Amino acid sequence: MDLAAQIGESVTGGLAYFGALASLGTRAGYFAFVGPFRGKPLRLQRAISQAMQVGVRALPILSLITFFIGLILALQSAYELRKFGALTYVASAVAISMSRELGPLITAIVVIGRSGSAFAAEIGTMKVTEEIDALETMAIDPVHFLVTPKFLAMIVMLPCLTIWANAMGILGGSLFGVTQAGFVFTGYIRASVDALFLRDIVTGLIKSVMFGITITAVGCHEGLSTGAGAEQVGRSTTRAVVASIFLVVLVDLVFTALFFFIGAR
Amino acid sequence: MISLRELRVSYGEREILHGINFDVVRGETLVILGGSGSGKSTLLRTLVGLERPSSGEIWLKGKNLAAMSAMELDEIRKRIGMSFQGGALFGSMTVGENVALPLQEHTKLEDSTIEIILRLKLDQVGLAGFEDYMPSQLSGGMKKRAAVARALAMDPEILFFDEPSAGLDPIIAAGVDQLILDLKKAFHMTIVVVTHELASAFLIADRMVLIDKGYVVDIGTTEEMRSSTQPRVRQFLDRIAEPAVSQELDYLQMLTEDHHQAKR
Repeated sequence: MDLAAQIGESVTGGLAYFGALASLGTRAGYFAFVGPFRGKPLRLQRAISQAMQVGVRALPILSLITFFIGLILALQSAYELRKFGALTYVASAVAISMSRELGPLITAIVVIGRSGSAFAAEIGTMKVTEEIDALETMAIDPVHFLVTPKFLAMIVMLPCLTIWANAMGILGGSLFGVTQAGFVFTGYIRASVDALFLRDIVTGLIKSVMFGITITAVGCHEGLSTGAGAEQVGRSTTRAVVASIFLVVLVDLVFTALFFFIGAR
Repeated sequence: MISLRELRVSYGEREILHGINFDVVRGETLVILGGSGSGKSTLLRTLVGLERPSSGEIWLKGKNLAAMSAMELDEIRKRIGMSFQGGALFGSMTVGENVALPLQEHTKLEDSTIEIILRLKLDQVGLAGFEDYMPSQLSGGMKKRAAVARALAMDPEILFFDEPSAGLDPIIAAGVDQLILDLKKAFHMTIVVVTHELASAFLIADRMVLIDKGYVVDIGTTEEMRSSTQPRVRQFLDRIAEPAVSQELDYLQMLTEDHHQAKR
């Protein structure tokens, strides 16, 4: 009986969490796409500075990581392909797995670490220091002021970062291709491009947009639900990272399955 | 100006304020006194709409705050100013941007006009020339002054202060008290201050309310308060410590209550 109650509690808790994320996302979406036509101007300046922070500043570390991931992918697939004497397929293996799966996913993970946690910490600290309360007493909606610019920045920047990550992954793979598999550089790139269909890239980008929405919703929700005290900010940040990673993988699974069944027809 | 009728506020199942009644008259400075955990901060948060009352009415300029939509509440909020305990300045913006924010959000004034207003407001609180400083570069007293400047930005009709002298040394605290007195004199503003600092309370108040355990103990002018014979008022004003265990039953109940809350 106790077990059933506990399971019930976790399920309702989980559903309530989803509900809170969805409501936050909807409100932010309202201020982003409907609000401007109802006399609530968009804060483009804030969105751009967020985009700078979320996107441009992430480029160096993202490039490095995805370059290595591309190289690792090439090595791993070559290990198997070598047995069939099909080393030339390394290029397409890397290109397809980067743009369909690993590009969006690795980008999301890097962005969670850099920005999802930062959102939770920033908003959480503002909550603790009564800055959120101050916004409300000034009749400024915290979601409009803080969350919407972050959503806009993430929805635009995550696909951009993903494209960049795909390119860097392919570049990483080419290092192996050129040195070990007898490709010339241009030949490797051409083989990669030939292996890719537009569909592969687009599905990856759709996923990355969904990841962006998920990461922002979780980060901002955790920040806004921070309790009193500095230690709570740390807890919110941790929760934001853990929940984001889990939800990103879940969203990934749902969309990959969706694309699989749509593609199978 | 403000009327509270049977105001009750709860956090979850725990009721903090048990039926508060009093009025704030236009142009007066009302000090809400009370110890830690008395519910005075909750009362202030409810007055500015940060907490929703569980029952009762708050009449503010002829409208009931307790039964208001979010939109109406925002309209009211544009005409009140609130200075938070720690200042609550936005750390990522300069002092000037902090003060200018409500003007940029709610008015269609030109940037140059906003610039003039913010200099004026900063000058009023004695922070002229500090508009390009970041809040982290200011001392505690200056932060409070900057927060007052921000609260004044929209020329509010009512100004709320949460613990204006908390965490400040006596000289700086006296400065903040003087600032409140100056505002009162210059603008005839209605001011509501929450504090437990007796010295500053008696200096700035026209009238005082003593809140204890979620009830109004006494209300009156400073003289009435000083001569009050209410035991709880005397205890507060004469700074007499709480007896260790008031009643064994209460004590037992307190222990078991805590136990229940910890389990949840």
